[in-house]
Amino acid sequence: MGQLSGPTDPTADAGWPADRPRKGFFTDTSICIGCKACEVACKQWNDNPRDGDLELTGMSYDNTVSLGASTWRHVAFVEQGAEQIAQARRSGRALVDLGMPTVRSAAPSPAPAPAGGTPPDVAPVDTTPPDTPEFRWLMASDVCKHCTHAGCLDVCPTGALFRTEFGTVVIQPDVCNGCGTCVAGCPFGVVERRSDGTAAPTTREGQRKGEQPPVPKRGVAQKCTLCYDRLLDDEIPACAKTCPTTSIKFGDREDLVAVARERVAELHAQGMTEARLYGANDRDGVGGTGSVFLLLDEPEVYGLPPDPRVCTTDLPEMFRRATMAGVGMLAGAAIAFLAGCR
Amino acid sequence: MANADCIILMGGNMAEAHPVGFQWVTEAKARGARVIHIDPRFTRTSAVADRHIAIRAGSDVVLLGGLVNHVLTHDLYFREYVVAYTNAATLLGEDFRDTEDLGGLFSGFDPRTGDYDPSTWAYAHPDGRVESTGGEEHGASASARAAGDQHGSGGPALEHSTVLRDDTLQNPRTVFQVLRRHFSRYTPEMVRDMCGITLEEFEYLARSVTENSGRERTTCFGYATGWTQHTLGVQFIRTAAILQLLLGNVGRPGGGIMALRGHASIQGSTDIPTLFNLLPGYLPMPSAGLHDTLADYLEEVASPTQKGFWAYADTYTISLLKAWFGDAATADNDWAYDYLPRLNGPHGTYQTAMDMLADKVEGYFVLGQNPAVGSANGRQQRMAMSHLKWLVVRDLNLIESATWWKDGPEIASGELRTEDIGTEVFFLPAATHVEKAGSFTQTQRLLQWRHQAVEPPGQAESELDFFHELGRRIRERLAGSTDERDRPLLDLTWDYPLDEHGKPDPEAVLSEINGYHVTGPDAGRNLSSYTEMKADGSTACGCWIYTGVYAEGHNLAARRVPNGGAGIAQTEWGWAWPADRRILYNRASADPQGRPWSERKKYVWWDEQAGRWTGSDVPDFPVDRAPDARPDPDLGGAEALAGDDPFIMQSDGKGWLFAPTGLVDGPLPAHYEPQESPVRNALYPQQQAPARVLFPREDNLGAPSADEPGADVYPYVFTTYRLTEHHTAGGMSRWSPVLAELQPEMFCEVSPQLAAERGLETGGWATIVSPRSAIEARVLVTDRMRPLRINGREVHQVGLPYHWGVGTDAVVSGDAANDLLGVALDPNTQIQESKVASCDVVAGRRPHGEALLRLVRDYQLRAGATVGTDSARITDPARETVEPDPGDDEQGSVWHTRW
Amino acid sequence: MAAWSPLEWPVLRQFRSGDVFGRGPAVTSPTTRHIAPRTATADRVVQSVCPFCAVGCGQKIYVKDEKVVQIEGDPDSPISRGRLCPKGASSAQLVNNPLRQTAIRYRAPYATDWQDLDRDTAIDMIADRFLETRRRTWQDRDEHGRPLRRTMGIASLGGATLDNEENYLIKKLFTAAGAIQIENQARI
Repeated sequence: MGQLSGPTDPTADAGWPADRPRKGFFTDTSICIGCKACEVACKQWNDNPRDGDLELTGMSYDNTVSLGASTWRHVAFVEQGAEQIAQARRSGRALVDLGMPTVRSAAPSPAPAPAGGTPPDVAPVDTTPPDTPEFRWLMASDVCKHCTHAGCLDVCPTGALFRTEFGTVVIQPDVCNGCGTCVAGCPFGVVERRSDGTAAPTTREGQRKGEQPPVPKRGVAQKCTLCYDRLLDDEIPACAKTCPTTSIKFGDREDLVAVARERVAELHAQGMTEARLYGANDRDGVGGTGSVFLLLDEPEVYGLPPDPRVCTTDLPEMFRRATMAGVGMLAGAAIAFLAGCR
Repeated sequence: MANADCIILMGGNMAEAHPVGFQWVTEAKARGARVIHIDPRFTRTSAVADRHIAIRAGSDVVLLGGLVNHVLTHDLYFREYVVAYTNAATLLGEDFRDTEDLGGLFSGFDPRTGDYDPSTWAYAHPDGRVESTGGEEHGASASARAAGDQHGSGGPALEHSTVLRDDTLQNPRTVFQVLRRHFSRYTPEMVRDMCGITLEEFEYLARSVTENSGRERTTCFGYATGWTQHTLGVQFIRTAAILQLLLGNVGRPGGGIMALRGHASIQGSTDIPTLFNLLPGYLPMPSAGLHDTLADYLEEVASPTQKGFWAYADTYTISLLKAWFGDAATADNDWAYDYLPRLNGPHGTYQTAMDMLADKVEGYFVLGQNPAVGSANGRQQRMAMSHLKWLVVRDLNLIESATWWKDGPEIASGELRTEDIGTEVFFLPAATHVEKAGSFTQTQRLLQWRHQAVEPPGQAESELDFFHELGRRIRERLAGSTDERDRPLLDLTWDYPLDEHGKPDPEAVLSEINGYHVTGPDAGRNLSSYTEMKADGSTACGCWIYTGVYAEGHNLAARRVPNGGAGIAQTEWGWAWPADRRILYNRASADPQGRPWSERKKYVWWDEQAGRWTGSDVPDFPVDRAPDARPDPDLGGAEALAGDDPFIMQSDGKGWLFAPTGLVDGPLPAHYEPQESPVRNALYPQQQAPARVLFPREDNLGAPSADEPGADVYPYVFTTYRLTEHHTAGGMSRWSPVLAELQPEMFCEVSPQLAAERGLETGGWATIVSPRSAIEARVLVTDRMRPLRINGREVHQVGLPYHWGVGTDAVVSGDAANDLLGVALDPNTQIQESKVASCDVVAGRRPHGEALLRLVRDYQLRAGATVGTDSARITDPARETVEPDPGDDEQGSVWHTRW
Repeated sequence: MAAWSPLEWPVLRQFRSGDVFGRGPAVTSPTTRHIAPRTATADRVVQSVCPFCAVGCGQKIYVKDEKVVQIEGDPDSPISRGRLCPKGASSAQLVNNPLRQTAIRYRAPYATDWQDLDRDTAIDMIADRFLETRRRTWQDRDEHGRPLRRTMGIASLGGATLDNEENYLIKKLFTAAGAIQIENQARI
């Protein structure tokens, strides 16, 4: 049943005309410079208040820690030594051996001529990095996955969450009653309710350290909308627009997945076998995600679940079993009744 | 940059400091370019580079010199380019002595004054004389002539452009042979021992650079304040320039040395300088004794018989005076030249702070800058401000430079009491970039106009409005004055057209900067090119290098054709000076015969049929000068430029491997250790840069260097830097909640080894102590920092971002890293050494109040730090050092060195 | 908004629209259906340049009711191609920051706190002090009798974040007044 698990077109499933391409992100972490422009552009556009305590976390350069009610883009920083890099390369190769992703034998396309015209034959310069670097610093911008089978959406009892015509999942703050069911329904821990400040009732309101900035839409569940309002005006999401190195790309999901696969192949050809995709597999536990990532290590390293599974996947099975149990019980009762009549 | 085949980022952290500029590096890398980051720390730039090479802070000349030596000894230089376009073949005078001969000094050093007399660095003269730097002056006065504060961008003039050459490069007096000998000690082993870079790393770097240079390929260098903020910062850049010239990477696409500047209009504020030593367009400010008359001044700025466009400095100067003083500037009064004030020495921001402490300065304007946090030795800066009579701070937020009298660190330590501070403080709210119209000049010399979007809120207003009004009222008060000293203010052209609110039109100011015809048939018409300027008062121009930006009354800085139009140079976006060129000296992108060096690196070339230079950019050369033209060099000016003299602003048309004039601390780069360093200079007996600018004072003590007694009290090297999330001293970022939460607290970065040595742990606190101050910071223990083996010893480096300051108004505040720094300057630029100094690190938070002062004092006593520490001009083997004049605060009179 | 029709009742909408599970168009609220980005509703868009570092990224300033409602990258700029770093992306906060000072503050000698001042008085006071200091600290000639024509009593720091036109007026005014200690961040 395509509506609850496996590959499907979620936009059509939600009752939108079937010909609309599904929009998404491709976040290529191999070119991320960890500048956090995405976090800032997101907060600016969506008027999200600062939500940290203004204290250094000690987690490398990450001081916003995770996605949350007011942080809809979050950049993770991971420092790794040679052993972990070697391990990542091994696990990446293993994925290839399993047939995913497909590595093409073609080397990356040669450099185009900078000044126009055909470049003459130039002896190619070896661009292979040294075998295994002693150290690396991974940076990755995380965001709502806009799942094909979105747990948050499917469990929402009020209709506050809806699937948009772009295939994305958006919360309507004017409908949400803050029940929090979606928070538990998200396998990635993305959705969060805006704190109403009662945890720290004595905190003064203000912007400085030790003060609580004004929080709009209190008590309401919040998460990335993939800039639904901007998409309606043919604008691209704020984070993708600002990203200095195009680590965050926005577009039709189908195209992005193709680009992502090419990029993995290119990196593998350069010996960076640690590259792999996350969210591009339509047969995973959420039917693939609208936000696809190129990672350079296991998802857990970035704080992502290795095998996300939407809670509604098993609904048909559960219904089937419950029905069988019900039928069985009815049958048993009937037999008992008939037997008792005798 | 996107056209480079190899990019070396060094002395900078481009991905963090210029993320959007870094897209071009990302693009070059995607096309196969190799990116190497050389830095003491593994940064976000390193994370996306092909390779990071860790280097000891302040040892860059050793590494770059090692590369120069590698290129010379393995004959890897681009011979045709080097012979034709650089001064490699030029012969030097017989009197020149190199560091090889004089224990690390060049000929001409005067240990009494700490200055060089550069007369022996000159080219050999055809008739046997040594080319002198001009006039009959000798000794100290000649060295004073070369001082960095007295010259514009061309440096001092060569009197003639006739030189002796040996195109075989064999003569031992050729620049080439001098260079070869000079750099011979910069071996890979020396690089290993001084920089902490392994032989394998050096080999990788050398191969990457040389294999990606030549006809078909180009390598580009990018640097920032990691090069400039040293006592020999200019020589860092010079070494890279020598390397790039040898490899033929200047004036060609994908080549060059890119200065990655840090402020929106820092380039503009150098071109139209709010700097003491310059007038607009890199004309020098006049100096007493050297430029007493206009004739003296013009003679000194540029000899009319030298090659290139500086020969027309008279037209630029007189047009500037016309622009400023209008009808009052006449031929009879030397175009009001006497209205200009005179310098008699360096009057940089640090000299000014010392003057404040000596109660010589009464009033101070602080405009969008935060010296209480951003300047070296912050305590000295704040104490200096407490000596002022009045202080005007113009900013968006109540920055620490406006509130130090109330909540500064010296109030907390009890050194100052608010009630005792007599300084009157005016805080005037400024307009943001969207609340005023005007132009910025960015790092690529591009002028871009900003249109005004909204009116400033409340009492906020722009600098333009404020200074226009201030000038108006000052002139109003002086009206009718007969005092001769008030003439310049009264004769000043200050009649800008006003809008209905009485505000001046910024375009009218730009029009004056661009210049216009004063008299003649074109009177009132804007100039189109600086070549239209005349020295007869018929033209006026506020900044000659900007001429053309407002040509024909069109504001070309406001040009915004999407993507800059179709051409590769994208010239239809904004306006680049000079004359809208995007790559300077681009004549060098073609070979001596005018053909592109290669099809792949084609840019500007000679079109035989048309008889002119053409290509993808505005040729930076007389457009019809044939490659084989050899005009009489004695013609002077642009007429004298030969068809193969691409470096048109140099007085001999060549790229300078050896700088015969213009630098005050040596014609070639030589490695000296930083002012404070735990390492002994292994290259020469001379430890520190001999000509560096020193301020030996009680409030600016130094840590003992190398193996001096007490050096182990401050055993670690620290370096300061920026983060992506903040902007300089924080005035525009620490008040922003969204930026503040990304980097909320001052921290220090240390290696696991150093953490183990000092008991530091991530998230905990550390106190960092230097001879100037002690600050506290949260700790990040990280493998991104690693100890280096220097001369067989382990050297630890500590990383300190400098964005925080002590105050109460910002969203986040914290101790300021710059408080730890002492003040020692590069003599060419008067820029302080803030990228490297010595410190100690201990676990835990710092004491407060009086106890903090005791801690700092205690360290100073243990180290035996006195005003004499690190103040020796010449490092004497017997280690006899300075005997300062006790109690004398005045700079200049305390350098009594005995040896 | 049009008069409400019983057909708009959510349950009916759910069946009418084919979104039987109520996960798509059927559950959109009127607010959602009329949503528009503030980039589209702005009164005007002004081209500008980022005020932070020296790269010079293009910015578009969206203005509504004479307030800046959004600042984002200008895709037409060949320098930045529409991208901005975190600082550039925070520019709107620079303008609309609740902590920003928009009033003149004055601290009298030895005072412990600020007081208010109107603009006219402030500029008059500064002009008076400027001329007073200039008079008191004027140097006509050096010890050799050579002209100096200057004051060493007035200094200035700043300019790297200012416009060319502003720096030009500052340099012009101060030089004519004989003040020479004019410096900016380029030397720091």
